[in-house]
Amino acid sequence: MTLAELKPGQSARIAALDGDPAVVQRLYEFGLYEGEAVECLGFAPLGDPLEIRIGNTRLSLRKVEAAAVALEVPPSPTAG
Amino acid sequence: MSTKPIVVALVGNPNTGKSTLFNALSGLRQHVGNYPGVTVELKKGTFQFAGRTVELIDLPGTYSLAPRSLDEAVAVDLLLGRLENEAAPDVVLSIVDASNLDRQLYLTTQVMELGIPVVLAVNMLDVAAKQGLAIDLGILAERTGLSVVPIQANRGIGLDDLRKALVAAPGSKAPSPPAMPADVDSAAAELVVGIVPAIPGFLSRRLLFDIGGSTESWFLATHGDRHRPAIDAARERLKAAGLAVPGVEAKARYGFIRPITAAAVRKPERRPTTWTDRFDRALTHKLWGTLIFLILMFGVFASIFWLAEPPKGWIEAGIETISSWIESQLSVGPLRSLLVDGLIAGVGGVLVFLPQILILFLFIAILEDCGYMARAAFLMDKLMSRCGLSGKSFIPLLSSVACAVPGIMATRVIENRWDRLATILVAPLMSCSARLPVYTLMIGLFLPAEQYGVFARAAVLFAMYMIGFVAAPVVALLLRKTLLRGGRSMLIMELPGMKVPSAKTVIIRVFDAGWAFVKRAGTIILASMVLIWASLYFPSSDADGANYEARIAEHLEKDEKGEARKLKAEWKRQSYLGRLGQWMEPVFRPLGWDWRLGMATLASFPAREVIVGTMTMLYEVEEGDDDEQTTGALTDAIRDDWNAGPRSREAVPIALSVMVFFALCCQCASTLAVIRRETKSWRWPIFTFFYMTGLAYLAALAVYQIGRLFVGD
Repeated sequence: MTLAELKPGQSARIAALDGDPAVVQRLYEFGLYEGEAVECLGFAPLGDPLEIRIGNTRLSLRKVEAAAVALEVPPSPTAG
Repeated sequence: MSTKPIVVALVGNPNTGKSTLFNALSGLRQHVGNYPGVTVELKKGTFQFAGRTVELIDLPGTYSLAPRSLDEAVAVDLLLGRLENEAAPDVVLSIVDASNLDRQLYLTTQVMELGIPVVLAVNMLDVAAKQGLAIDLGILAERTGLSVVPIQANRGIGLDDLRKALVAAPGSKAPSPPAMPADVDSAAAELVVGIVPAIPGFLSRRLLFDIGGSTESWFLATHGDRHRPAIDAARERLKAAGLAVPGVEAKARYGFIRPITAAAVRKPERRPTTWTDRFDRALTHKLWGTLIFLILMFGVFASIFWLAEPPKGWIEAGIETISSWIESQLSVGPLRSLLVDGLIAGVGGVLVFLPQILILFLFIAILEDCGYMARAAFLMDKLMSRCGLSGKSFIPLLSSVACAVPGIMATRVIENRWDRLATILVAPLMSCSARLPVYTLMIGLFLPAEQYGVFARAAVLFAMYMIGFVAAPVVALLLRKTLLRGGRSMLIMELPGMKVPSAKTVIIRVFDAGWAFVKRAGTIILASMVLIWASLYFPSSDADGANYEARIAEHLEKDEKGEARKLKAEWKRQSYLGRLGQWMEPVFRPLGWDWRLGMATLASFPAREVIVGTMTMLYEVEEGDDDEQTTGALTDAIRDDWNAGPRSREAVPIALSVMVFFALCCQCASTLAVIRRETKSWRWPIFTFFYMTGLAYLAALAVYQIGRLFVGD
């Protein structure tokens, strides 16, 4: 599954980044890197973009971009 | 020891306290550096320490030195000494946020490749401590090989240690950056073999790593598209060897950073929930976030009108005092007319709007500095992307409500060049503060409160602002579907922690904006007013060679006000501007305008506020009615003139047609100049001018012709 399919409150580790090279490079620069844990915080009013936490950073990205991030399954529910 | 100043470039991610540090180090000794050939203005500041002068250059906040946006490309060129008239800096000051070292050291590792000594300022250790993070700066310094200084920029802590480190740094050994795999280095070097002038190693690696990035486009444009196959082949070879770009770069950098932060940073088991987390949950919440957004936007607009009223009154009173003083000192003649009718009426009429502009910029600076703007972009992205824009276009468009010039400059953060261009081209459609005087004048003129009520007047004003809010996205959508097709847009954006805005940063922002406005009033508006005054004043004698001013004075002495007014109208009509206006009247007629409205509009093309002064001159206010305010008297004079005319019933459609024209037309030389500067081409300002003028003419035509049907004959 990809980051775009994560539900609010769920988190998972990043398995791989694959997609538009410009998007992938930006994601790397923001700290989305293989092995990192990423948490979905929620969605904007119209369902897109989504808000995530990676390390200590809150990021906003669109679903199309989040789809470039493949996750290790299964996602684990997190509190807080 | 040389006395040459030490040049320090300040580099860091956005929201790390970079501007705060810059302001704290250089105080008010700042100026904006202009670089020939590039559009980005960089702030420079200086300070003295230990007998040395240090010149600090504030680079735009960036997440990496892999240039994709304009800002990033300029930052890289400056750091490599590739800008004209600007040597490479002696030292790079890299600022990082302590609570986010893992990610922020990514940029630092890129900076370490430049071959220049690097000083690492670790900011916000207090914030990190609150999150339960303990950072061993000794380990950080030892393992990175950099000179590390802890600071708290917002409270001015650690600045002297930082200054000491900066002064000591020049000439010290350049840091050793994380090593790239040998195959990567050789592949990068091969790409630029034989290229003259030689390309620095840093850039050749960027050429290899940044697929579709600025370095690639620049290189292919400069040295020929024939190099493209070699670049593609090198990337393919690396991919086959398990070193695919861009992942290989990230792996090398994080491979270097991770062990260091693992040793230097102690993290708590669980991340504590901070107050900004809770606050943020509300700000980006589907319902509450949207509600807060709407309330904030409403508050900003409401306060522009309410808070600005008293200071506006003081400025008006001041202008009034000056002009009556001049009238009492000078006798009737061209000089007095130029000073009072041309300069004071024209420039003063514009300065009256300074309080509104300052208040608007105050709000924008506060919202920006506290971190809210990113939330607004998050909330608006979906709507904006449906119009072919991105959430990041929201901030430039909102700033354009104050003034399109800073709004257009704020588009530099948009990575996709077509998104950015579309945002630039529609930003002037937003109702800027210079349109406000026009709306106020027209509403005051043709929709008197006694007759239409306060509510109808407010509704008309609101509708004028809505025109911009509706037209901008619609035009953007059309442009993205036709002229500006291409490029997939991207929104990957940090939502920085909310913080209390820094007073210093906000004040500097507001001051800069206010000064730019005053300068504009003193140059382009002043010059326009002098020209318009002259073309309305001359020729100043009638067919028999008698001087109009003298004849009017004679009538006034005999207290024949009606005669004097008739004569004044005749004088204006036969002036150069009057003759041109009557000749052009067929163009304005379908919009319902007479030659005076047409001329006032035409004269406002350099700067739309000019219409206020021009109208004052055209419908010259009775002298001697000094107990009334100028604008009030102007309103009365024009209204009398209109109500006396046969077309008085059409007053409202005509006023609306003028307002709609001004809402949509690009009557602003500064905006066109800034579009030229930001797009590096004459094509786009010319395009903007013609599409907006055409749109304005058609809309005004429709408003008048339809409005006429309602009022009947």
